[in-house]
Amino acid sequence: MTIYGFPVPKFAALIVWVIVWEIVGQFELLLLFPPFTEVLAAMVDVVTTPSFFEAARITAYCYLLGLALAVVFGIALGLLMGLVPAADKLLNMWINIFLSAPLSALVPVIMILFGMGQPTVIVTVFMFAVWIIALDTRAGVQHVSPSLKEMALSFGASRAQRLKIVLFSALPEILAGIRLGVIRGVKGVVIGQLLVSIIGVGALFSLYSQNFLMGHFWALILILFAFALSLAELIGRFEQKVEFYAGARG
Amino acid sequence: MNAIAQTATPDATAAATPVDAPIVRTEGIHKVYGGAVHALKDINLEFKRGELTSLLGPSGCGKTTLLKIIAGLLKPTEGRVQVNGKPITGPGPERAFVFQDFALMPWATVLRNAAFGLEQQGVAKAEREERARHYVKEVGLAGFEDKYPHELSGGMRQRVGLARALAVDADVLLMDEPFSAVDEQTRRKFQEDLIRLREIENKTFILVTHSIEEAVYLSDRIVLLSPRPGRVAQVMDPDIKREGDPDAIRRAPEYLDLTDEIWRGLREYVE
Ligand SMILES: Nc1ncnc2c1ncn2[C@@H]1O[C@H](COP(=O)(O)OP(=O)(O)O)[C@@H](O)[C@H]1O
Ligand SMILES: [Mg+2]
Repeated sequence: MTIYGFPVPKFAALIVWVIVWEIVGQFELLLLFPPFTEVLAAMVDVVTTPSFFEAARITAYCYLLGLALAVVFGIALGLLMGLVPAADKLLNMWINIFLSAPLSALVPVIMILFGMGQPTVIVTVFMFAVWIIALDTRAGVQHVSPSLKEMALSFGASRAQRLKIVLFSALPEILAGIRLGVIRGVKGVVIGQLLVSIIGVGALFSLYSQNFLMGHFWALILILFAFALSLAELIGRFEQKVEFYAGARG
Repeated sequence: MNAIAQTATPDATAAATPVDAPIVRTEGIHKVYGGAVHALKDINLEFKRGELTSLLGPSGCGKTTLLKIIAGLLKPTEGRVQVNGKPITGPGPERAFVFQDFALMPWATVLRNAAFGLEQQGVAKAEREERARHYVKEVGLAGFEDKYPHELSGGMRQRVGLARALAVDADVLLMDEPFSAVDEQTRRKFQEDLIRLREIENKTFILVTHSIEEAVYLSDRIVLLSPRPGRVAQVMDPDIKREGDPDAIRRAPEYLDLTDEIWRGLREYVE
């Protein structure tokens, strides 16, 4: 499996990195890098505290809600751009700007608009995930085979039916966009909470770093990574299921 | 109308006694793409009920354009198309299209693809599946109903496209180079099956092809189009008996003579 074109380290590679980490940590050169074994021990500590449970709940809630909004809005936006050239002309440039803009710099603005609570985190997740979903959906819609569209027309399909055919045809690209959105969304939920820093994992992160609990700090990061990668893997599995027909498209 | 009882429908009896009124008529059709490409020029044609007409010509001469105009998928720049005496405004249930690249839904089974047209017409699930099953069988795909397009060869995919067009029980079947994307053996078998199918199904076929042999082998009438702007260069009525051994037909002197004659006619465009 690859993400952003980079191969995700296989299990073996992972072990190598863990060993390197452990060795570097044992030298106690950097305060920031406790040995890996210490991080593992801290992980047990982290997941058993009630504040972790609360942070996980808030994180999951903000993440899933922001992502759901991004999926719905992103697909709708992508469909609009893929189907209506005028809308595409108007929006494409902006969406590309948003896609490549340093969104973290935007979070303070979001904070001013939405306050220091969950809405800001939700909006941040949304902003991180939505644009890639919209652009991938657009690409998928634009690549729908013209003859399939003509086929639907010639057999008298209704507008709704034709839209369904476009959506199904574009499904492989849409799913690829969602998979990327899932990963970006994790970035969003972490950055959002870090900047808000009084709720969720953000609060935990600031608690750990202020008390120099670097083992706990890294344990939390590992947990978040594991969460993001498993989600992406899950969607990757689903993608493979629809791949059989992606390959068969004209 | 029950598809199983096809041969007993009034249509079939009507066609048995030759009806002179053409089922499809094109009147003064011009097509200009984007103000610059003059694809078709003054096409006046009549297609007789129950006949198979081939539109033959070098590639780029406007065959697909003409077929799509007849299908109602493209608007002519000038002129009009009449089907059953009425001018068309778009696609209609009396015409069904068979696509060069099959145009199957990759996510749907053979049966669902074949039933697509019926589904759009609002035919209930049980009935449309029964009818689709019948035509899937008729095109020789019995046993493949639950397969997906990617599990089929090119020739089999085109049979699904044909079953889908037959299932809606249209009067006119419009086929755009239906055999061009399949290999030579499959192509011949498909051509023979089409001849057999014509004996069962009483339909008008308009077939686009760039193969002289295919046109001569299959057609009651051949319309030769000249290169851009596409014009009717010649209309021929091959008189070839198609009963019996297909290989014998392909060796018959009438068949060979006509192939030769058309080739001589087309040659000047190629050179
Ligand atoms: N959408 C289009 N826009 C501009 N030119 C077109 C378009 N479709 C076809 N043409 C041109 O019109 C001519 C006839 O095309 P077509 O009907 O596809 O020919 P054929 O099917 O005989 O190969 C070709 O020269 C082609 O390049
Ligand atoms: Mg063509």
